[in-house]
Amino acid sequence: MSSKNAEVVRFQHPGRGTRRTSITPKGRQVDPKSVEEISAILSSAVEKRDLLIENLHVIQDKFGCLHADHLAALAHLMKLPLSEVYEIATFYAHFTIVLEDENPPPPITVRVCDSLTCELFGGISLLEELIEKLEPDVRVVRAPCMGRCDTAPVAEVGHCHVDRATVRSVLESIETKCLHPGKLKYENFDNYCKNGGYATLRSCLQGQRKAEDLVELFKESPLRGLGGAGFPTGLKWQIVRGYAKPRLMAVNADEGEPGTFKDRYYLEREPHKFLEGALIAAWVVEAEEMYIYLRDEYPQIREILLEEIKMVENAGLSKHVKIVLRRGAGAYICGEESSMIESIEGKRGLPRHRPPYVAECGIFGKPTLVQNVETMYWVRDIIEKDVSWFASHGRNGGKGLRSYSVSGRVAEPGVKLAPAGVTVRELIEEFSGGMAEGHTFKAYLPGGASGGVLPASLGDLPLDFGTLDEYGCFVGSHAVVVLSEQDNMKNVALNLMKFFEDESCGQCTPCRVGTEKAVKLMERSQWDMDLLMELSQAMSDASICGLGQAAANPLLSVIKYFPEEVECKSQ
Amino acid sequence: MQKPVTIPFELDGRLVEAQADETIWQVSRRVGNELPHLCYLPEPGYRADGNCRACMVEIEGERVLAASCIRKPEPDMKVKSNSTRAVSARKTVFDMLASDQPERNVAHDKNSRFWQWAEMLDTTEGKFPRRNSPVPDQSHVAMRVYLDACIHCNLCVRACREVQVNDVIGMAYRGVESKIVFDFDAPMGSSTCVACGECVQACPTGALIEEAFVDDDGIALDSKLENIDSVCPYCGVGCQITYQVQNNEIVAVQGRDGPANHNRLCVKGRFGFDYVKHPHRLTKPLIRLENVPKSADNQVDPGDPYSHFREATWEEALDRAASGFLKVKQTHGPSGLSGFGSAKGSNEEAYLVQKMIRTGFGTNNVDHCTRLCHASSVAALLEGIGSGAVTAPFTACEDAEVIIVIGANPTENHPVAATFFKQAVKSGKTLIVMDPRGTSLAKHATHMLQFKPGSDVALLNAMIHVIVKEELYNKEYVEKFTEGFDSLCKHIDGFTPESMSEICGIDAELIRTVARKFATANNSIIFWGMGISQHTHGTDNARCLIALATITGQVGRPGTGLHPLRGQNNVQGASDAGLIPMVYPDYQAVDAENIRSQFENAWGTSLDPEKGLTVVEIMDAVHAGQIRGMYVMGENPAMSDPDVQHAREALAKLDHLVVQDLFLTETAYHADVVLPASAWPEKSGTVTNTNRQVQMGRVALDLPGDAKQDWWIIQEIARRMGLDWNYSAPADVYAEMASLMPSLNNISWERLERENAVTYPCDAPDKPGNNIVFGDGFPTATGRAKLVPAGLVQPDEQPDESYPMILTTGRQLEHWHTGAMTRRAKVLDEIEPGAVASMSSGQLRDLGVQPGEMVRIVTRRGAIELTARSDSAIPEGVVFVPFCYAEAAANVLTNPALDPMGKIPEFKYCAARIERTLSN
Repeated sequence: MSSKNAEVVRFQHPGRGTRRTSITPKGRQVDPKSVEEISAILSSAVEKRDLLIENLHVIQDKFGCLHADHLAALAHLMKLPLSEVYEIATFYAHFTIVLEDENPPPPITVRVCDSLTCELFGGISLLEELIEKLEPDVRVVRAPCMGRCDTAPVAEVGHCHVDRATVRSVLESIETKCLHPGKLKYENFDNYCKNGGYATLRSCLQGQRKAEDLVELFKESPLRGLGGAGFPTGLKWQIVRGYAKPRLMAVNADEGEPGTFKDRYYLEREPHKFLEGALIAAWVVEAEEMYIYLRDEYPQIREILLEEIKMVENAGLSKHVKIVLRRGAGAYICGEESSMIESIEGKRGLPRHRPPYVAECGIFGKPTLVQNVETMYWVRDIIEKDVSWFASHGRNGGKGLRSYSVSGRVAEPGVKLAPAGVTVRELIEEFSGGMAEGHTFKAYLPGGASGGVLPASLGDLPLDFGTLDEYGCFVGSHAVVVLSEQDNMKNVALNLMKFFEDESCGQCTPCRVGTEKAVKLMERSQWDMDLLMELSQAMSDASICGLGQAAANPLLSVIKYFPEEVECKSQ
Repeated sequence: MQKPVTIPFELDGRLVEAQADETIWQVSRRVGNELPHLCYLPEPGYRADGNCRACMVEIEGERVLAASCIRKPEPDMKVKSNSTRAVSARKTVFDMLASDQPERNVAHDKNSRFWQWAEMLDTTEGKFPRRNSPVPDQSHVAMRVYLDACIHCNLCVRACREVQVNDVIGMAYRGVESKIVFDFDAPMGSSTCVACGECVQACPTGALIEEAFVDDDGIALDSKLENIDSVCPYCGVGCQITYQVQNNEIVAVQGRDGPANHNRLCVKGRFGFDYVKHPHRLTKPLIRLENVPKSADNQVDPGDPYSHFREATWEEALDRAASGFLKVKQTHGPSGLSGFGSAKGSNEEAYLVQKMIRTGFGTNNVDHCTRLCHASSVAALLEGIGSGAVTAPFTACEDAEVIIVIGANPTENHPVAATFFKQAVKSGKTLIVMDPRGTSLAKHATHMLQFKPGSDVALLNAMIHVIVKEELYNKEYVEKFTEGFDSLCKHIDGFTPESMSEICGIDAELIRTVARKFATANNSIIFWGMGISQHTHGTDNARCLIALATITGQVGRPGTGLHPLRGQNNVQGASDAGLIPMVYPDYQAVDAENIRSQFENAWGTSLDPEKGLTVVEIMDAVHAGQIRGMYVMGENPAMSDPDVQHAREALAKLDHLVVQDLFLTETAYHADVVLPASAWPEKSGTVTNTNRQVQMGRVALDLPGDAKQDWWIIQEIARRMGLDWNYSAPADVYAEMASLMPSLNNISWERLERENAVTYPCDAPDKPGNNIVFGDGFPTATGRAKLVPAGLVQPDEQPDESYPMILTTGRQLEHWHTGAMTRRAKVLDEIEPGAVASMSSGQLRDLGVQPGEMVRIVTRRGAIELTARSDSAIPEGVVFVPFCYAEAAANVLTNPALDPMGKIPEFKYCAARIERTLSN
């Protein structure tokens, strides 16, 4: 080599020389091998920002977890900041991130539900026993409501749910490597069509109906948003139609309110009745795309929908709207419509400020019709059987049919199709086979975790939108959890507050800090009434979304209706 | 229906009117009631987020309270900011947050916005149970992360992601576990953080705070800070700053809302000021010892220069300095003398240096580092459009649809300008980045054209070809405002995208796409850096850009224009002031009789009618024995010249060298007299940034020891050269400059003191300056832009068997020019402590070198040894070396071949060989 002739010129330098020069540019570098691995399994539309959560699922499904190198590669391919990928991956409970100094999780994860109904049925001790028996070979984690409260307690082994779970049945599931969702029997496309399905949608698509007429029809019908808010459906359609195109639609299948499992019930049995209703609604508002946001806790339904949406598309029934199935990743807050929209856009599920409302400014900032699964389920019947049929149902002043998810201390828990306005006592006695053996009706949750708690003495109130306001409660998603004299109301309130603490998105102070402080105060043997009341007031008044605003409901109910059960400290 | 211009609504029982975009909070403050706020920062670039809930108000008829910072009033809305419900919600919010804060007496920032509001609301002591405290992160050299004080307001996330668009900070996890993270929850110090410090400036609690403000336990230091407004002394962006001074020390620096930075700073501007107190600082004049010979390899310990120098009084040193020049002048005539001024000083200093050289030395041999950065750009611009300055500020990108950034790495070299580009992309604009290196701006680019080094003209001509052939040019504009279009068309005929694609390595279709986008957008703008200018075909490169912009009419309107990103804080001003061998102030030619006589009248002396020599030519003239004496004020050619060994030999060969500087630079090693000068925070004066904004710098610190103001030193030398100078302050100098420079019309010193910044040209003393110029023709003889076709010229030195790689040089974010200041700034030095050669991982593998090992880089000029770094931004076959490191000076290697017109050396391209070294 001729380098000998070039003498190296080296001067002293004015730096302190206390550190070594970094061997790469700043921070984490992208590993080319990981980029190859990730680009090999992702679709060509990798840069589409809204696919971030879907991409994370693809990676985790393939590798069992999200390795830091893979996340960095994903960020590189999607042209996203590392921190943005990380914050989204860590927001959702179902993603497992494995950094360089961490071990990947064992191949099997068992999730044990610790929400209220499952706790009543021994979920907590099941969790504790499983941890003791299985860790570290199997990962055992707590999880919020899996929407199977009628078979509490519930665990999930891999993606396979174990109903009425015991330590033994979970172990069996693990041993038999039963990790994937089993196939369900449901009304498939052919059967649905044979029974007259999609005739109504076809009549719309073929111009035999007018969208305006359907808007009027539904404005007359008592159908209301059955996700929990109860907004009149026809009116919503009219409002969305009033905004300029392009318009979009989202179906909220993120049924996370503890105690609620009605949407699962319908999707598992009659997916096409739901799909037809949704496609009709999309036609009415002339939505270009329809996003179905399905919670990750329902893997069986995902399989069903993937299959059946394909059938619908092949039959040419969705030419008017592109159907996009999106998979949640474990976040109750994404049941809140604006959080769901954020999640559909591939972001953290942070609720948006209103105004503007999603009808005006929804997915990608476009006018968006957001509907619940069950609401769409009824569309076909209402058109075909006419408004009067649906409106003919109802009790105690209520109108229409409702699907109450009944769980807890009743003999026959399950989804109860009942007239709107039914009372809890009627639900227990007429629809649920009475109380479970050995239990006496003491209290109930009329609307899941956020709807408050009522005593048996108020068991004759009609369960409908607006009827419980004066009692500090609401019916919401119609999730009725029945409690008995064996249940400690303080524990019930604490369980619910912990749920909100876990599921708070963390965006606003009153909810993020409020739920945490409330749990700390409620864990004390003596409740400090003044502090709890002050906290509750701020949470209700100043939280951004319904989660924080309602999180104190059960606490306030228990203080109000069961004062004898909470030892209070008040100045 | 048209929206009403103002929205009438009721606020606390009183009827008020909101402007269309005003929030309730803004209206409330306007009418005198500032509501508490934490997550909302009423500063440019920060959108309201409404998350902290400290500003809740009650709106009649609404079920819940509303965050006033984000809620806009509607007609006839009734808002109560002082209802019991609103007041108690706000108070409880503070109570909750205060419960988790460190006690105020041990707070990281006892006067944070949080504590100030908490005090006003009487909620300094939280009453709720405390959460577990996160552990501090002290991994960063300049900043501390104390998440025990974090209130999750996400201002730092917005600061990092939306304001600076550095994309490092995120809010990870969920709910009560929510946590501010860097990248993948890395320690700040090992994250991709570029230490712009925007987050510490935004943080309302001290959870993110300058290291300088806290003790080792994270407790706030007691300080009484004095705030002094000035402007940053580093790059050409010209960020306005506020020094926070205590006991004659700059404790911290905050960004100010200047026209070029809107409160933003980069790591240098925020953390790079302690060089002024470095022990190496020269505080006494030095005279070279009689018996110390000069040689190119001379090295002197800047902390202990007495091996080569002795201290002297000012009187003696100045006498010696001047008598040396007089002696040369007597024996070799005025052309035996030369001088370099500085683009790092003020306009006034630059003006005095050139005036002293021209009138005292009697020669036009005066130049400065503009020669080494944008001389070719300026040459092409003067030739093409009759003006060497930008036609639009970089903030004009906000009005552009398409933005081209070519041969520039603004995220490192013009970091705050880069924030505007990145924000523009975020708001949906098309960014086209063209660079052989994959710069970090490329991540944000709509199109990234990573072309082969040195093939700029091929790429740009192909774009012009597309625009001409597809008739995408602006016919009306071409007809009205250009000349030479036909010959350009003829010339461009052969430059098809297909044929040029082979040369530049960019797909022909992509060339077409970007050409079409640029030409057909309503507003397109071009920014370029030294990747364009530092070539032997640098002038040609710039000619192509001028042609692109003018044939498409993309100049002279908002969102359009030509903008060479100037490198140093005052390179525009120093050039304007006449630190150029061919021109007097305001680019008035020295060889034009009428102009010369005008200056002769003004300066009261006869002037050299010949153009002077440029930087590299001066060094050659020293070697040739023509130049014998040199005055260097704030420049460091011993590091910055190409083939620097050649320059060092020249410096050592001089009969008389006087260096005026802060430190004993590599240039000063060869000096006969060294004069201790003033640092930027020690002086007042004006500087002109890349946007043509003239800005006021102010004194924050006393001069150390016997160091003197530069203007005083120049005047003392001038007096000893026989000039009758009597300036008493920079304002006097400015007044004289302004009288000779039409560009400074209507911009008086007093105005600058008052307004801090005024853009030139400016039409009236009470009108803002003109940001966008040449909407109505150009200051050329014909009023038209001259289109000058550019042919393909290969870089001067092509890789071959012995030197198979391409060496390219440039700057790093932390270091500036030759490192004399930045390597003496602790934070900057700690982040980039030593010489480094960046190559792709594949290249390193091929060389058998591990990242972190020492490599030797050899060119026909010399060899250096330095640490190898693996950097995926560098293409195969290329090695990048920053030129700020004395221990391995990149310019030992560079090729001094010059652009024939701009006389700029080809710093961006030469043939090199990389070898493993045994010193690993």
